[in-house]
Amino acid sequence: MRAALAVLFIAVGLAGSAVAVEPDEMLQDPAQEARAEAIGRQLRCPVCKTESIEESDADFTKDLRKVVREQIAAGKTDAQVLDFMHDRYGDFILLRPPFKPTTWALWLAPPALLVLGGIFAFFMTRRRPTTVDAAPLTPAEQAAVEALK
Amino acid sequence: MRRLIFIAPVLVFVGLVVYFATPLLRGTDPSLIPSPLIDKPVPAFDLPPLPGYQKGLSSADLKGKVQIVNIFASWCVPCRAEAPALMALKGMNVTIRGIDQKDRPEDALEFLNELGDPYASIGMDIDRKVSIDWGAYGAPETFIVDAEGRIRYKQAAPITQEDIDDTILPLLKKLAAQ
Repeated sequence: MRAALAVLFIAVGLAGSAVAVEPDEMLQDPAQEARAEAIGRQLRCPVCKTESIEESDADFTKDLRKVVREQIAAGKTDAQVLDFMHDRYGDFILLRPPFKPTTWALWLAPPALLVLGGIFAFFMTRRRPTTVDAAPLTPAEQAAVEALK
Repeated sequence: MRRLIFIAPVLVFVGLVVYFATPLLRGTDPSLIPSPLIDKPVPAFDLPPLPGYQKGLSSADLKGKVQIVNIFASWCVPCRAEAPALMALKGMNVTIRGIDQKDRPEDALEFLNELGDPYASIGMDIDRKVSIDWGAYGAPETFIVDAEGRIRYKQAAPITQEDIDDTILPLLKKLAAQ
């Protein structure tokens, strides 16, 4: 039962989030469509903030997807399309923001906290006395245990 | 040394409270995205007019004097809310240019008929291409453009009388003096 549940959770996790791209938006060439989708997944929806533009159902975002696909079809490189969006919407549009002074805290806080927490945990566990051996049972307790067997 | 360990979490907590409380008390809206286009020239564009109107809107119209560019649409409810504020600005002889975003011409005409037309000219941005060039992510959005055609201010929220008094008029005055 537990194994079955685990498999179910993993499967749901791997399934990923829903895609909002409608069939009529897609590019004819599957390779180009795949590139457009990969780019769209790196772009944050400015309307809904927490989704990529591939996942968002917002009307505005649909037009952003259209722009991505038009540029891919016109022969732009992935970097050119990302730059186009970055020029207009700034770092916010990139789901993977660049590493620079204003984003140092964002990138460095998780590993820094992990290291600090690790150091803290190391000293806390070392200071604590190793497990105390349980006191041996008294004869009366031993008798009670025997009686249960 | 031991005492320090107990004080540290309190200090961290106080630090976090200050960090989170500052924008809350200042009234900063975290949903607003800072625009990288501030102090940059307006994007090059040329939009057609509404049917029955003489002039559309192009980047050439945004040079020579300080102006406001307002992205609006008839389907945009907050645009209705800010319509009186725009009419008030027009009454103060401020030039406002409109970009009508993803609208049907007949709906836009009805909107202007009902709420008044504060715009010196309006360009129809049917496919949102120009809105995207302006880094817009909805409507209404309002920009202040200086005499050299550079974007100096952006507000991605409906304009209120308070915005006019506290932000827009002082900035227009400052830019006009330059």
